[in-house]
Amino acid sequence: MEGGVAYEQGLNLKATELTLGLPGTGETEGQGGVRNNNKRPMPTSETNEEESQALKAADRGSTAPAAKAQIVGWPPIRSYRKNSLQAKKDNESEASGMYVKVSMDGAPYLRKIDLKVYRGYPELLKALEAMFKFAAGVYSEREGYKGSEYVPTYEDKDGDWMLVGDVPWDMFMSSCKRLRIMKGSEARGLGCGV
Amino acid sequence: MNYFPDEVLEHIFDFVGSHKDRNSVSQVCKLWYRIESYSRQTVFVGNCYAIGPERVAERFSGLKSITLKGKPHFADFNLVPPDWGGFVYPWIEAFARSRVGLEELRLKRMVVSDESLELLSRSFPNFKSLVLVSCEGFTTDGLAAVAAYCRQLKELDLQENDVEDHRGHWLSCFPESSTSLVSLNFACLKGDINLPALERLVARSPNLKSLRLSRAVPLDVLQRILIRAPQLLDLGVGSYLHDPDSENYNKLVTAIQKCKSVRSLSGFLDVAPHCLSAFHIICPNLTSLNLSYAPGIYDNELIKLIRHCHKLQRLWILDCIGDKGLEVVASTCKDLEELRVFPSDPYVGQAAVTEEGLVAISRGCQKLNSILYFCQQMTNAALITVAKNCPNFVRFRLCILDPTKPDAVTQQPLDEGFGAIVQACKGLKRLSLSGLLTDQVFLYIGMYAEQLEMLSIAFAGDSDKGMQYVLKGCKKLRKLEIRDSPFGNAALLMDVAKYETMRSLWMSSCEVTLGGCKALAKRMPGLNVEIINENDQMEFVGGCDDDRQKVEKMYLYRTLAGQRRDAPEFVWTL
Repeated sequence: MEGGVAYEQGLNLKATELTLGLPGTGETEGQGGVRNNNKRPMPTSETNEEESQALKAADRGSTAPAAKAQIVGWPPIRSYRKNSLQAKKDNESEASGMYVKVSMDGAPYLRKIDLKVYRGYPELLKALEAMFKFAAGVYSEREGYKGSEYVPTYEDKDGDWMLVGDVPWDMFMSSCKRLRIMKGSEARGLGCGV
Repeated sequence: MNYFPDEVLEHIFDFVGSHKDRNSVSQVCKLWYRIESYSRQTVFVGNCYAIGPERVAERFSGLKSITLKGKPHFADFNLVPPDWGGFVYPWIEAFARSRVGLEELRLKRMVVSDESLELLSRSFPNFKSLVLVSCEGFTTDGLAAVAAYCRQLKELDLQENDVEDHRGHWLSCFPESSTSLVSLNFACLKGDINLPALERLVARSPNLKSLRLSRAVPLDVLQRILIRAPQLLDLGVGSYLHDPDSENYNKLVTAIQKCKSVRSLSGFLDVAPHCLSAFHIICPNLTSLNLSYAPGIYDNELIKLIRHCHKLQRLWILDCIGDKGLEVVASTCKDLEELRVFPSDPYVGQAAVTEEGLVAISRGCQKLNSILYFCQQMTNAALITVAKNCPNFVRFRLCILDPTKPDAVTQQPLDEGFGAIVQACKGLKRLSLSGLLTDQVFLYIGMYAEQLEMLSIAFAGDSDKGMQYVLKGCKKLRKLEIRDSPFGNAALLMDVAKYETMRSLWMSSCEVTLGGCKALAKRMPGLNVEIINENDQMEFVGGCDDDRQKVEKMYLYRTLAGQRRDAPEFVWTL
């Protein structure tokens, strides 16, 4: 219990620490981020989840005026209508693409991109390559990104780290929570087989 | 007239359609009462607790169609606790026992259980039409019973109901021999639909004129349905997500082109942007357009679509159309009679339209007679202009999202603006107010709103005088609903006999006390005075000081049926 608390506290400091390490040195975020089940929350994922929740709320625009007291039954619209609008908002913020964080192993800070802007994988990869100054290589279903030092991966809704490009673009857009440009040496396991 | 045989009178009464007129006819003399009663086929009961079903069945022996309304209107806005009442089961049971030849049942704000639907489907062999608006309490199992056992079903119309969705199998319960469907609306269902069953049903329903689909029906199925049913007059699109370059989209365009009869378009429940262009081709034929469930459509797409809709008479949209968009409506839809502009983001408290949009509409749409307008702000000047441009309003409902907001320019109350509306619109039957309002607006309403039947008041007025002006002046008032306004016992008790000329009165978060309500109930035994007490704050067994407690929610209505026996614990009938 004690150990856990200390661990968490130490963790928070780490997350806010600026590091100017060269690629490959120091603790990187993705280290523990392979499986994120709720029973054993990984430190970085936890803080990031909090942030992304706050961001989600901000995206919906509902936190800003929340200070204004909500009057019961006002404005006078039927619950049915209210629910259908709210469902639409939820769908929109999830499915139509939003800003997702992009991290690159070894880079000092993360970037953010709007998935909605891109019409498919080629555009996305080009943008990532330009942003982080790397080359992703050629994608093939069998071998993943061949011949590149860095591999684009993403965390999906289940918390799994997936190779970018395997699923149809629409499915990717609705399930991608964040991107990580993984060092090729680590990514070897992701590229091939089941 | 007394020398005419009964059949002749009956034949003459056939030409008398409206409920009001038939009610008047029945009051002329005993003979007319008798003939009118057994010849009336369509009965309207505005408050299901005003009369008992047995009595209705007894009087109207030729009854074929009945409309019932249950909960008070403010139940739509969560002001009435669940389980308040409004059960349809006793009605169906009573009608079944009395062997009423029921063919049509139309319900609004009622609790409809699966048992009721099952009993309904088995008890009336000629049953043809079921319309449920804003009801709750049933599941798709109930719908399955209706589909399976109502052999002559022509119409199943579900509007904005809260339905528990068990499985999509109810559609397959329509027997293969069922070919009588004319109207099918299941847009409010949330679950999956048996798509092949739906396609087969449409294929064997040559008389199908109205079809409104739910979210679960995707584009490719829609396209196949339209091919099979090009005779549709009324279409509600379900899910509309597509890639503009896909083959499905092209097929859809071809299918839509064949639907030359569509006059009414709605739905687009799940919608991707840039999707509406496929429908531009039928827009010139549309008289009714409802895009108020489609927040995914951006204003420029909306405007592009509306530019094609020259014949529109009825338009329901979201406020993301903006004032500019409303100007386009005003210049395009010269035949517009009814407009509803809903807020697309009710939680944020910001609306995208202002008084300018309303003024633009009033200038361009001379035939406008019904409006529901949710807006960010309003001014007296705008309302005065609107009143001058559109003196034909029958229904005028304005909702400023900030309920006590004054004139946006002068910071004055909006009394003069609404005063202009009631003065100019001599046929005004329904009015909903909002914004900063003093007793003055009620003085105007009492003076000028001679035809007013329904008035909704929220956060308005300064004193009892306000409500008194209304009760004294509006001779035709039937429904009055008030919330969060400073009207108390003096107003409530001013003219107690008036409430027997009205259907109902709702007052919540006002100044009326328990004592006032008790006094009213005592003087008017023909009324049910219900106190809705959710918080256990009041002592039900009369303590003496208790009478000074303010009543949180009061609902009173005239009734011939006495105190209702199905009231829950938190409802106390005085």
